[in-house]
Amino acid sequence: MNNAVELLTSTSEWQDIAPLLSVRELNKFYAPGKGCGDINFDLYPGEVLGIVGESGSGKSTLLSCLSARLTPDSGQVLYNSEQFGEMDLYAGEESQRRVLMRSEWGIVHQHARDGLRMNVSAGANIGERLMAVGERHYGDIRAKAEEWLTAVEIDTGRIDDRPSQFSGGMQQRLQIARNLVTHPKLIFMDEPTGGLDVSVQAKLLDLLRNLVSRLGLSVIIVTHDLAVARLLAHRLIVMRRGAVVETGLTDQVLDDPQHPYTQLLVSSILQN
Amino acid sequence: MSAATAIGYNFAYLDEQSKRMIRRAILKGVAIPGYQVPFGGREMPLPHGWGTGGMQVTASVIGEADKLKVIDQGADDTTNAVSIRRFFAHTAGVETTELTAEATLIQTRHRIPERPLQADQILIYQVPIPEPLRFIEPRESETRKMHALSEYGAMQVKLYEDVARFGHIATSYDYPVMVNNRYMMDPSPIPKFDNPKMSMMPALQLFGAGFEKRIYAVPPFTQVESLDFDDHPFEVQSWEDACSICGSDHSFLDEVIIDDNGSKMFVCSDTDYCRERVTEGFVGEAPAQLETEQ
Ligand SMILES: Nc1ncnc2c1ncn2[C@@H]1O[C@H](COP(=O)(O)OP(=O)(O)O)[C@@H](O)[C@H]1O
Ligand SMILES: [Mg+2]
Ligand SMILES: [Zn+2]
Repeated sequence: MNNAVELLTSTSEWQDIAPLLSVRELNKFYAPGKGCGDINFDLYPGEVLGIVGESGSGKSTLLSCLSARLTPDSGQVLYNSEQFGEMDLYAGEESQRRVLMRSEWGIVHQHARDGLRMNVSAGANIGERLMAVGERHYGDIRAKAEEWLTAVEIDTGRIDDRPSQFSGGMQQRLQIARNLVTHPKLIFMDEPTGGLDVSVQAKLLDLLRNLVSRLGLSVIIVTHDLAVARLLAHRLIVMRRGAVVETGLTDQVLDDPQHPYTQLLVSSILQN
Repeated sequence: MSAATAIGYNFAYLDEQSKRMIRRAILKGVAIPGYQVPFGGREMPLPHGWGTGGMQVTASVIGEADKLKVIDQGADDTTNAVSIRRFFAHTAGVETTELTAEATLIQTRHRIPERPLQADQILIYQVPIPEPLRFIEPRESETRKMHALSEYGAMQVKLYEDVARFGHIATSYDYPVMVNNRYMMDPSPIPKFDNPKMSMMPALQLFGAGFEKRIYAVPPFTQVESLDFDDHPFEVQSWEDACSICGSDHSFLDEVIIDDNGSKMFVCSDTDYCRERVTEGFVGEAPAQLETEQ
């Protein structure tokens, strides 16, 4: 799909590139079979990793653990931070994790209301992260908000409207703009196209794909939709009942699935 | 320690144990300027909107030698101010006064007196909503974390919204401040005109929120800064007119309708300050109608 990245991801392991994020023996269970366990993988800079699997397989639980929002029962998440250097997320201070969340990271929630402030304007939603990192010039903040509205294809004339006046697709795009304004390098997304009409989904996916490649973002995206995974992800992790059953390059996993569960997933999508 | 003044009441109404508990919260507040200290609020025999938070603080710091002044909207003669003053005269037997210069304790709603306060005075604010971050973050667990980690970017969002909507920072009361470069604080519904007075004030400032059971403090000579933007700096209200009674061109003015034709005049909201100036011989240019009436 993307030769440069494919080459990077398949060769980086024996080349001298440090992973951006490494997961070691991570476990988080609410109850037996409910959660995720025995998770190990590395994410390299510029890589888009898809986490797929049916509903209830533990994808969101894993994503929350990776993005410092849910403390695992055991295991480590190692992150190579611009500001703090190599860090073991849950061994460090909560204050550092929260700094990461509003600077080097972005989190795009499935439900826009979880990721947006619905009672303030679109401009304020985008500007908040700038103000959180110390920006104090109104004119600059507003100019950057306009710039990012344009980047996510929202008319700048809507800058003073509240997100509640936006369509579902626009709300998701606003969430993306709100995250990208501080130039994060790693984005976590949980079903970003879930609940949207098919045509709206297609437009959002197109936008995401362009932004990710233009900005050289690293992404971990959770989706139960294999079509979304195929379009965005370089590499896939397939989960079932909280465990990883298969990993590999996206095309390999989807075109030549090895595990019976992946085969079932792939064939069921073909039947739809 | 103190004899009951009115039959059946302890000195200043509250029992000694409650007062000690409130004093501990006050001391903690003084030690951590701007930090909201939770306390086990007590019921006062007035409804919450009447400033029971301020009254509990007053009851806990007042002594027999104190002289109490109570102001509401800058005036000493509103129903609310009169009831609170009477309450303490009755339950603590203390002297009360309308003179800022004479008072040792001043309980206030809406204003800081114009006459600069001194080191031997204590200003006690009645606070309706102590949490400045509440409008943007309804979860208490989250606002507590935001304070702990000095995550105050969201507060700036409020000002951003003002400028986006009105072209300038339109917030004119309850204007958020940063205390001692550390804690974001709600100054209670005083006009932003009074914000600069809070900074480096020689008097101790105590804040009591009765409904939310929070106490906070600004110790004497503490820096209090009003939030703003580099390109929209903090400004206080100003008036074209001067006070019609005392001629003051530097106090907070209220607009008053003086006849059935809707004629207006501006007068000092701080009635004691205005009176003091008149005693000193200052006069304003009262509107013609008013002069003929007198
Ligand atoms: N907070 C929670 N408490 C208890 N069980 C939970 C909680 N969150 C998720 N689960 C359960 O854990 C399993 C995995 O959930 P989740 O990670 O949301 O899966 P997915 O995102 O793949 O649909 C499900 O059975 C779900 O019901
Ligand atoms: Mg999920
Ligand atoms: Zn006057």
